[in-house]
Amino acid sequence: MSDQPIIVSASPHVHSDRTSQKLMYDVVIALIPAFLVSLYVFGINAMIATAAAVISCLLFEYLIQKYLMKTEVTIGDGSALITGILLAFNLPAGIPIWMIVMGSLVAIGVAKLSFGGLGFNIFNPALVGRVFLLISFPVQMTLWPTAVENNTTVVDAVTGATTLGLIKEGVQFGETMTEISAQLPSNMDMLLGITGGSLGEMSALALILGGLFLIIRKVITWHIPVTLLVTMAVLTGIFWWIDPEHYASPLIHLLSGGAILGAFFMATDLVTSPVTKKGMVVFAIGIGILTVVIRLFGSYPEGISFAILIMNAFVPLINTYFKPRRFGSKIKAKIV
Amino acid sequence: MSDSILHSVILLSLLGIVAALVLYVVSKKFYVYENPLIAEVEELLPAANCAGCGSPGCRAFAEKLVGTDDISDLFCPVGGNDVMKLVSEALGKEVAEKDPTVAVIRCQGSCEVRPKTTEYQGPKSCTISALIYSGETDCQYGCLGDGDCVAVCQFDAMYMDEATGLPVVITDKCTSCGMCVDACPRDIIEMRPKHKRDLKIFVGCLNEEKGGIAKKACSVACIGCSKCFDICPKDAIVMENNLAYIDPEYCTLCRKCVPVCPTDSIIETNFPPRKEKKVEPKVTAKVEPVKPQPNA
Amino acid sequence: MLKTFPKGGVHPPENKLTSTKTIKRLPAPKVVYVPISQHIGIPAEIIVDRKDKVEIGQVIARSGGFVSSNIHAPVAGTVTKLDMIIDTSGYKKQCIVIRTDAKNESNFEEIDFPLKKEITLQPEEIVQRISDFGIVGLGGATFPSHVKLNIKEDRKLDCLIINGVECEPYLTADHRLMLEKTKEILVGIQILMHALRVDRAIIGIENNKKDAIEAFKTLSVQEPRIQVAALKVKYPQGGEKQLVRALLNREVPKNGLPLDVGVVVHNVGTVYAIYQAIQHNRPLMERVVTVTGKKLEKPSNFWVKIGTPIKDLVEEVGGIPEGTRKIVSGGPMMGKALKSTDVPVTKGTSGILVISEDEASRGEPKNCIRCGECVSVCPMGLEPHLLMNLSEKNMFEKAAQEDIMTCIECGSCSYVCPSHRPLLDYIRFGKNITKELQSKKV
Repeated sequence: MSDQPIIVSASPHVHSDRTSQKLMYDVVIALIPAFLVSLYVFGINAMIATAAAVISCLLFEYLIQKYLMKTEVTIGDGSALITGILLAFNLPAGIPIWMIVMGSLVAIGVAKLSFGGLGFNIFNPALVGRVFLLISFPVQMTLWPTAVENNTTVVDAVTGATTLGLIKEGVQFGETMTEISAQLPSNMDMLLGITGGSLGEMSALALILGGLFLIIRKVITWHIPVTLLVTMAVLTGIFWWIDPEHYASPLIHLLSGGAILGAFFMATDLVTSPVTKKGMVVFAIGIGILTVVIRLFGSYPEGISFAILIMNAFVPLINTYFKPRRFGSKIKAKIV
Repeated sequence: MSDSILHSVILLSLLGIVAALVLYVVSKKFYVYENPLIAEVEELLPAANCAGCGSPGCRAFAEKLVGTDDISDLFCPVGGNDVMKLVSEALGKEVAEKDPTVAVIRCQGSCEVRPKTTEYQGPKSCTISALIYSGETDCQYGCLGDGDCVAVCQFDAMYMDEATGLPVVITDKCTSCGMCVDACPRDIIEMRPKHKRDLKIFVGCLNEEKGGIAKKACSVACIGCSKCFDICPKDAIVMENNLAYIDPEYCTLCRKCVPVCPTDSIIETNFPPRKEKKVEPKVTAKVEPVKPQPNA
Repeated sequence: MLKTFPKGGVHPPENKLTSTKTIKRLPAPKVVYVPISQHIGIPAEIIVDRKDKVEIGQVIARSGGFVSSNIHAPVAGTVTKLDMIIDTSGYKKQCIVIRTDAKNESNFEEIDFPLKKEITLQPEEIVQRISDFGIVGLGGATFPSHVKLNIKEDRKLDCLIINGVECEPYLTADHRLMLEKTKEILVGIQILMHALRVDRAIIGIENNKKDAIEAFKTLSVQEPRIQVAALKVKYPQGGEKQLVRALLNREVPKNGLPLDVGVVVHNVGTVYAIYQAIQHNRPLMERVVTVTGKKLEKPSNFWVKIGTPIKDLVEEVGGIPEGTRKIVSGGPMMGKALKSTDVPVTKGTSGILVISEDEASRGEPKNCIRCGECVSVCPMGLEPHLLMNLSEKNMFEKAAQEDIMTCIECGSCSYVCPSHRPLLDYIRFGKNITKELQSKKV
C-alpha cells in the first residue's frame, strides 16, 4: 500500500487514452500539409498571418479568462490554437496584421468566451471572426494575392480574383462559361493549390490529406465531409447539366473556394456540429444546399462560411430531433 | 411630402385603434376570475419561493391558504409567526403558532477528529458519493463534506468551513426553510427550536455504531454510554441504537448533560461561560461546532 | 464475420493476465464473514444465533421473499457473532461471522466429484432445488436464478442462452471454468433445458477465448441441441440484451426482459453451480474469483469460499504491491471500488482487481466538447452527455423521457469521454432519483 489513502470512485475504473487535448492537437497536425502549401505559395506572408492569428487568439483567451472571467486559463487545451490557425487559413495573404488581431478578438472574445468557453459556443469561432472581417472590410478581405509559381518574395503587389470570383463576375457580365473558363486555373492547379484564394484553401489535395488523417485518427467521422461534398456536387451538377453555359461544373465548385477546407475542418468542428450520425448528415446536407445557393444566386462568390454559421444555429434543433434509436424501442413484434 | 406624413399618421393611428380593440375584446373574453385575496396574501408572504412550506412557491402557498378552510397545519417557516399572524388577520382563519426553528448540523467530525481513510474521486456532491460508498472516513453516519446543503441554501445562510470540512449555519440568516434537511443524504441537519438568544443543546453525532467502533472512527462520536441519559432531570434524552438524542420538546437547557459527556459530543451554543466547573467552558459565537477537545 | 451487437460498444485493452492459470483451490479461511444480502432483492433472514454450531452447507439465512435467496454456511464451524461488516456496496451490512472448525474434515475435502450425466429430477424439482440451494446469477448481477426459471405457462420460450462472454477486461474466472469444467457445464445446460423445456441452447463466447470455444465445440458434437457461437470481442457483449441481440438478432423491448423475446440467459458460472446443486447436492458455497492486477506478483484464479475476506486472497497472490491506490471488486468497467480489503467475497464477486497509482486516478473533468463519442458508443442508443446534463440540473422528468432508466451502467461513455467527464456518475444519480420519484408516484 502506498502512504496515500486508497481511492474510491464509481466505475468504470479504466479510461481510453483519448483526451480532448489529443483530439485538438491531431487537428493541428492535420492542418500542417495545407500550411506548407500556403507557405510555398505565399511565402513569408503566410507565416506572418498564421503566427499573428495564433498568437493573438492565445493571448486574448489568456487575458479574457484571467482578468475578465476570472476562471481557469485553458489556453493549453489547443482549441484557441486551432481557432487561430483556421482563422488565418480563411484570410487572404497580405491582409494587415491589425485586422487579423481584430478578427481574433471577435473569434475568441465574442464567438467563444462570451458563450462560456470551449464546448459552449454555438458558432464556429474562426468563421465568426472571418465573417466579421469580411463584412467589416470587404475590400481588403477580397484582395487576393495571386499565386505566382516559385514566388517566395513579396506578393502583395500582384492581386487577382479567386476562381469563384471570376465565375461570379463573368456570369454577372453575361459571359458564358466557355469564355470564363479561359481565365480559370486548370483543375490540376486547383488540386495542387496554384491559384488565388485564402491562405489555407489553396490546395485541395493537402486539405484532403489532412482530412483523411483526422478520419483515420477517429477525430471526425466521414459523415459530414462526404455528405457535404456529395450534396454540393449533386446540386451544382444538376445546374451544370441544365445549362453548362451559365453554371460551372461540379468539379470546379468542389476544388475551388473553401469547400474542402470547410467540409473537413470547419463544418466538422466537434463543438458546433451535431452529436449523432443522423444529425451530422442532415447538418451537412443543409450546409451543402446553402453553399450552392449562395454561390450560384447570392451576391458573394463564396458562401460556405455563411452556410456553416447558419447551420450551426440549427445544431441544437438537429440534436433534439435526430436522436439515436433507443435500444428496444419501436421494434416489430418478432416474438417467436 | 406632407402627404406621406399624413398617410403614415393615419395608418399608424388605425393600427393602434385596431390593436386596442383586439386587446380589449380578448381581455374581456378570456378574463379569468381570481380571488383577490390570493394576491393580498401573496403580498404578505416573504416572496422567498423556497418551498419550505411544502408548496412550490409563495404564490402556490397563497392559493393553498386561501383555498383551504383549515389552515392550522400550514406554516410559512421563513415568515414565521409574524407573517402567519398577518395571514390569519387577512383571511380570518386560525393559524398555528410555532416556535421559530433553526438548522443545526449534528456532526462534529472535522478532519482532525475523524481521519480520512480513503479518497473519493468523482462529482463533488454528497448524494452522488453516498451512492458509491459510506464516505471518506470510517463513519458511515456523519457529514460527507461535499456541501449539498450549502448548494441548495437560497439564503446564503450556510458555508463550508475550510478548516473542519463541515458546513456551518449562519443562524441569523437561516429561515428554517428545510431545503438543507432534504438535501442531506445522511439526515444530519435538523430543525431545532431557536430559543431566546439562540440557546441550543443537541447531540452532535448520529453514529449508531457500538462505542468502540464509533470512537475509533471519530473521537467526538457519541458512544452511547447513557451518562447524559442518567443525569437529565427532565427525561429529555432518548437512547436508541447506541445514540443519545435530546428531545427539544422536553429539554429545558439546563446544561447538565454537557459536561458529563466523555467524548464531548453534546454541543451547546451561545451560553454564558460556566462558573467553577472542572470542565472548560465551551462558548462559541455562532452555531459553529465546538472545537474538539482531546478527551475531556 | 463474427456475430456481435450492432450499435455502440468499446474495446478496452483486454489484459487477461490469468487466462492460462489453472483455478487453484484455497484452504478454508479461519473465519468467514457471510453477508445476508448477497443478491438483488430482499435480504435473507438470519436463522442462526451466536455460538450455534453449523455444518457445511447448512442454511444460515433463509430467503426473505420470492426475489431473494437462501444463504448457506460455506464452512463447518461456530457462529461467533452477528456483526455489521462493510461489504462491496461500501456500507456496513448485517453479516454472519463463522469461525471455521479446523478439525471438521468436511471443510477440507476434495470436491471433484466424478461427472454425473443422468438427470433424474423433474423440472419443478430442479427449480425448487435451485431456489433452495441459494443459486444466484454469478455473472455479477446476482439475480436469484430460480426467478428466471419460474416461467408462467403462457410465456413462449424457445431458446436458452449461456453467457460465456466475459467481456470485462482482466477477468478470466468464467474462461477458466469453461475450460476446466466443460463437461459439467454441458450437463448443467441440459439440466436447464430440461427445467425450462426448451430444445435449443446457445453458448456465446467471445473470440478471445478460442480454446474454450474449441473445447465446447468438440464436446457438444453428440448434443446437437446445443450450439456454440463465437462472438466478436466487444464490450459490453456480456450484457443480457446485447448478447440476445448478437446471437439471435432479437431486440429485447425497452424496459423488457429477454423472456419477452422468448429467451432466458444464464451465466456459465451459474450453470456450473446448478450442475453442482442438482447432481451433487451442493448448495452455492464457493465460486471462482480472479485476483489480478498488473503489478501483482502472481495473479491467479481461485476457488473461494463465500465469505473469505479479500485480504486473504490478496495475501495468496503475493500481497498488495507498493503504490496500490485502488482495489476493485469485479472488472474495471463495472466493478466497485472497495474501501478496504476487509470486505468478504460474496456470490457476485467475480474478480479482485488491484490498480496501481498510475492508473487509479481519474482525469480532471473538463468541458464537454460535444464530440458525440459517448452517443456513438452507447449500446442502448442513449445520449449520455444529455442525461448527465439533465441529472446535474435536477431535470429528472426530462431525463426519464430521454430513457435514463434503460441505461445498463456499462460505463462505455465514461470510458471514452475525451474530457474525462463523470457521465456515468451523474446518470446513476439521475436513475436513482428517478426511481425514487417513480416509486413515490405509485
